[in-house]
Amino acid sequence: MRVTQGTFSFLPDLTDRQISDQIEYCLRQGWAVGVEFTDDIHPRNTYWEMWGLPMFDLRDAAGVMAEVRACRETHPDVYVRLTAFDSTRGWETVRLSFLVQRPAEEPGFRLERTEAEGRSIRYGLSAYAIDRPVGERYKSKQANAAQGDSP
Amino acid sequence: MSIPGPAAGFEAASAEVIDLKALQADSDIAAPMAELDRDLVGLAPVKQRIREIAAFLLVARARERVGLAAGPPTLHMAFTGNPGTGKTTVALRMAGILHRLGYVRKGHLVSVTRDDLVGQYIGHTAPKTKDVLKRAMGGVLFIDEAYYLHRPENEKDYGQEAIEILLQVMENQREDLVVILAGYRDRMASFFVSNPGFRSRIAHHIDFPDYDASELLAIAELLAAQSDYRLSPAAREAMIEYITRRQQQPSFSNGRSIRNALDRARLRQAMRLYAGNAVATREALQTIEAEDIRASRVFAT
Repeated sequence: MRVTQGTFSFLPDLTDRQISDQIEYCLRQGWAVGVEFTDDIHPRNTYWEMWGLPMFDLRDAAGVMAEVRACRETHPDVYVRLTAFDSTRGWETVRLSFLVQRPAEEPGFRLERTEAEGRSIRYGLSAYAIDRPVGERYKSKQANAAQGDSP
Repeated sequence: MSIPGPAAGFEAASAEVIDLKALQADSDIAAPMAELDRDLVGLAPVKQRIREIAAFLLVARARERVGLAAGPPTLHMAFTGNPGTGKTTVALRMAGILHRLGYVRKGHLVSVTRDDLVGQYIGHTAPKTKDVLKRAMGGVLFIDEAYYLHRPENEKDYGQEAIEILLQVMENQREDLVVILAGYRDRMASFFVSNPGFRSRIAHHIDFPDYDASELLAIAELLAAQSDYRLSPAAREAMIEYITRRQQQPSFSNGRSIRNALDRARLRQAMRLYAGNAVATREALQTIEAEDIRASRVFAT
């Protein structure tokens, strides 16, 4: 199941050129762009791991793109997103956030029903991937099998 | 003007004619070059080299248009020269010129020294250097007194780490930023000897000559005019004498010495007007008199 999150979520994945143009837009607005990644893609998980600090005082997208590439190289099998933080008083929040990498296989989500008081039911979502330990969640099956063989 | 057609076998391309003058008008390069001529006194070899670089970039763009090989040229530069010869000023102009030529995308200048690049403890240097490089992307990174990066007396110095990261980015991201190193001539020479990687990655070594007395006078008058002052004829004479005397003294730093002298003369002029208790005319407010300059320590001996 293709995860859709953040701005541009219903567009096809952006190319590097398009990502670069979006970063240019963010920098023109004076926002600080940060790279974040996670392998726990629950929609309510707002706390992703930060790939370094958000980048302040940048003038050109090339610097951010270098970090995006470095993050993809280190974590090829997880979700990576860009966040653009607006520090203007009154906003002080993330103004734009979009995915720049997704794993090759996205197993999707399971609907969980929990019986509560009376006959009421509480619904929850959990990604199939989080059944596996951190670090192995979105690796392809072959990669996981190969890892299992090694002592 | 047209580019001569390439060798046989490229007939299709040779038919195309590129108007270099029109291309030049497009890139709006004439204005900054004229500014350079107007605002910078002397420095003939430097201006010549900048003109060459501008022409080269223009031709590179024309070549690209007719489909000839046009790899990004290496534009990293090293400015060497004595203090006060205008290295920083030219670097600042360079950012603007390269921007108008379309070679750097943003045209800002990030000016750093060793402290901004090299960390204090292990593991501190790489993030610091990378951070500076990221800020400079799309513009010009100006490293003043670059030879301090290399401390031969200390093998464990973190400067070497910064140098390696710099070299890597200078090589791999040539289209993203231009690095300009600056420093005094002799120390830069020994810096390049101990870091041959730098020497080979820098295409343009530009030497800034010292100014002679007449150029220094022109600088003084230009600086005065820029801040709405002018030298009275007697003050001009005094300035000429001041320059010849100052040049003989140690720690003479060309344009910078002149600027400082002028700043002090402005202080004395203010004091003179204030003490004189006269009604200050517009004329008096903008004129620096001979006595303002002759009060200098330089005339004491």
